Amino acid sequence: MPEPGATTDRTQRGSKLLGNRPFLISTASTIVFFAIVVTVVVLAPGFRAVREAFFDWDSMKASFHGVPGEGLPSIWTAFALNVKVFMIAEVFILVLGLMVAVIRQIPGPAFFPLRMVAIVYTDLFRGTPLLLVIYIFGYGIRALEIPGVSDQSLIFYGTAGLVLSYSAYVSEVYRAGIESVHPSQMAAARSLGLNRWQSLRSVVLPQAVRRVIPPLLNDFVSLQKDTALLSILGVIEAARAAGIYSAYRYNYSSLTVAAILFILVTIPLARFTDYLLARDRRRRAATGAP
Amino acid sequence: MRKLLLGLTVVAVLATACASTSTTTTAAGTTSATSPAVDECAIENLNLQTPGVLTVGTDNPAFPPWIIGNKPDNGKGYEGALAYEIAGRMGFDASQVKWVVVGFNSSYAPGPKDFDFDINNITITPEREQAVTFSDPYYELPQALIVQDGSPLQSATTVGELSDGVYGAQIGTTSLKFINTVLQPTQQARVYDTTVDAKSGLRNGDVDGLILDLPTADYEANINTPNDFYLVGQFEPVDQLGLLFEKDNPLVTCVNKALAEIEDEGTLQNLRDRWLANFQAVPVIK
Amino acid sequence: MLRVEGVYKSFGTLEVLSGIDLSVDAHEVICLIGASGSGKSTLLRCINLLEPVNAGRIVVEGIEVTAPGVNVNEVRRRIGIVFQSFNLFPHMSVRHNVTLAPRKVLGMARGDADERAGELLGRFGLADKADDYPDRLSGGQQQRVAIVRALAMQPDILLLDEVTSALDPVLVAEVLDAIRELAAQGMTMVIATHEMGFARDVAKRVCFLHGGRILEQGPPDRIFTEPEHPETRAFLDRIIAAGRM
Repeated sequence: MPEPGATTDRTQRGSKLLGNRPFLISTASTIVFFAIVVTVVVLAPGFRAVREAFFDWDSMKASFHGVPGEGLPSIWTAFALNVKVFMIAEVFILVLGLMVAVIRQIPGPAFFPLRMVAIVYTDLFRGTPLLLVIYIFGYGIRALEIPGVSDQSLIFYGTAGLVLSYSAYVSEVYRAGIESVHPSQMAAARSLGLNRWQSLRSVVLPQAVRRVIPPLLNDFVSLQKDTALLSILGVIEAARAAGIYSAYRYNYSSLTVAAILFILVTIPLARFTDYLLARDRRRRAATGAP
Repeated sequence: MRKLLLGLTVVAVLATACASTSTTTTAAGTTSATSPAVDECAIENLNLQTPGVLTVGTDNPAFPPWIIGNKPDNGKGYEGALAYEIAGRMGFDASQVKWVVVGFNSSYAPGPKDFDFDINNITITPEREQAVTFSDPYYELPQALIVQDGSPLQSATTVGELSDGVYGAQIGTTSLKFINTVLQPTQQARVYDTTVDAKSGLRNGDVDGLILDLPTADYEANINTPNDFYLVGQFEPVDQLGLLFEKDNPLVTCVNKALAEIEDEGTLQNLRDRWLANFQAVPVIK
Repeated sequence: MLRVEGVYKSFGTLEVLSGIDLSVDAHEVICLIGASGSGKSTLLRCINLLEPVNAGRIVVEGIEVTAPGVNVNEVRRRIGIVFQSFNLFPHMSVRHNVTLAPRKVLGMARGDADERAGELLGRFGLADKADDYPDRLSGGQQQRVAIVRALAMQPDILLLDEVTSALDPVLVAEVLDAIRELAAQGMTMVIATHEMGFARDVAKRVCFLHGGRILEQGPPDRIFTEPEHPETRAFLDRIIAAGRM
C-alpha cells in the first residue's frame, strides 16, 4: 500500500513548479527571447536564400553520403579521418606536453640548454597561428627533401603540426598544474629521502595532472575542431569534403553537415568535462582542501 | 523536470521557425517591360551594381592565360580581353569597367552580389545553375593527358590506345568524371587529394597518366616541372566556361547578346588565337 | 648522534639563526621552545637539509651533512621529519603514504613494506584506516599517519616541527600521546613545540631560542621554574598568562 505521504509529496512538488515564480519568469523570458530572435531571422529578407544555401536537405543528404559518380567524397567517411587524427594527436600531445613541462622545471645550470630549447619551442608554437604551422609543415618539410622525414603523407605533416602546436599550449597547462601543487608536498617527499625525480613522479605529477584535467579536456575539445585545418593541405577530411561538394553544387549545405558532425562529437566530451569539474568541486568542498 | 520543460519549449519554438516558409519574396532584379521602342540593353536600362559602371569580378591571384600579371585592368589575357570586349559591345568604355576581387568560394554565396558578373574560368553545370545564372559559354575547356617523360603513352593519338592504362585525377574535379564517362579505361581510376599527390603518384608509377584540365596540364608539363612530365594531348572538350551572374539577373540577356556578336564576328576566335595559342596547338586525342 | 656547530642562516637580509650550537645524544629527546619566528622551524629544516646553512656545520651520526658533495637523499633517509601541516599525499591511501618511501628509496618489496606499515599503523591505533584516503581522517589521525610515515623509514633521529599547532585542541592529546610512546621507546627526537606541559613531561632537555641563538638550555624542571635569562622568564610569563601552562 503506497505511503500517503508520497502522493502528497508529488502533488506538492508539482504545484510548487507551476506556482514557483522564478521558474515561470525564466520560462517566459526564455520563450520571449527565442521568439524575438527567431522572428527577426525568419522575417529577414534574405532568410529564404540563406536557408536554401545552408540547409538544403537534398544537398545535405548527398554530401553526407557522397556522390561517387561525380567524384564527390562522403563527408561521413571523411569525418572518420578527423576522428582518427584527433585520437592519435591527443595521445602524442598529452605525452609531449608533459615532457616539455617537466623539462622546463629541471633545476641547475647543467640543464640550461634543455630548458632554453623548451622555452623557445613553447614561444614559437604558441606564437604561430595553427593554420600557418600546418601550411609550413605540409609544404615546407616536404620540400626540404630530407630522406625519411620529407616523404611522409600530408596527413602525417598536418597531424605533426597539430601535435607540436597543441603540445606547446598543453605544456603550459601542465606547468600551471605542477606549480599549483603546494611546495610542502615536494618538501615532504624529499624529506623522506625521495630524490627529485621520484618526488616528481610519485607525488607532484599525479596531483598536478589530476588538477588540470578540465583544462586539458577543454584543449582536447578544441583539437577536435582544429583537425579541420588539415583541409588546407588538401587532405580529404570532413571540411574539405564539404568544400568539394560546395564548389560542385554551389551550395553551403555540405558545410552545415560537417559542422553538425563536429558538434555531435564535441558534446559528449564537453558534458564529461562538466561532470569531472562538478565531482572535483564536491570532493574539494568535502575535505576543505585548497 | 524544469530543465526538460524549458528545453522542450525552446525546441518547439525553433522547430516552428524552421518549418515555416518565409512569406517574403527575395528581391529579384526588375525586369523592364518589353516595348519595341525601348532598348533594353542600353546602358541606362541595365541592371547594374553601379549605374553607368560595369563591375566585373575575378579572383586574386588570377593566372595566365586568363589574366596576365594579376592585373585585370590591363585588359590582357583571354578573360581580361574578353571582359573589355563585352563591355565595349554593351556601350561601356574602358574607364567604365571596374574590377573587384571575388574569391571562388564567395562567388556563390547567397544574397546580392557585389559584381555584375564574375569571370574566373568557372565551369557551367546544371547543379550550379540552381544557385546562380551563367552566360552562354565563352570557351570549351578540354581535359588533357600528361605522362612521365619517356612513357610509351607519349605517342598516343586515339582514346583507344589509352584503354589499358591506369589514370589518376584530383578529387572534386571534372577530370575524374571524364575518366569514368569518356575515357572509360579498363582499369579503375585513382583518385588523389591534391595535384601534388597526383604528380607523386605519376612519378612513382602508381598511375600511367594524369587527367587534368588543359591549362593545368600545360602548366605542369611545360612550365612547372618541364623535365618530368609530357603533355600527350587534349581531348574533345566536355566542359564549358561561362560568366557567373546573380541568379535570374536579367543583365545576362544583354551580355549574351554581346557575346553572340563577338563570336559571330570571329573576334572570340581571334582572342583565342592570341591568348590561348599554345592550348590550341596541343594535339587532339580522338 | 647530532651535532649542530655554529650554524648561521639568513633569508635575504633577515638573519634567523645567529650561531646555533646544539648536541643531541642517542635516545635523547630535546624540545625547542621560543616565540614564533625565533628560528625553531628553520633550525629543524636546516638539520634535514631542506634549507642550506650559510655558515657552520651539522653532523649526523658522524657524517657532516653540510659538507659540499654530500648525498642529500642518503642523509634524509636517516632523518625523519614531521611537519605542522602534516603534508600527507592526498592522492594516496594511508598505507601507500607510509610505504612509498620504503619501497622507492629503501627498495623494500611491496609485501614487506605493507607488512611493516600495517604493524606501525597498528601500534598507533590506525590499523583500520590503512585503506582510507587522508581527506577522510581527522587532523589528529592525519598527523599520526605523518609520524608513522616518517618512522617507516627507520630514521636515526626524528624531527617534529610544531606538530600539534595546527590541530583542534581536542585532537592534540592523541598526537602528544603518540610522541610520548616514541620517547618511551627510545627514539631520538628534536621537538619544536608550544606545548609546555608536554615538553616538561617528555623532554630530557629544553632549549629556549631567542634572537637566533639558544639562549638557555637545560632540564625542563629547571628551565620552567628557574630560568636564568630575563628573556626566558619573559617568554614563560607570556605563556602562563596565555593559559598554556
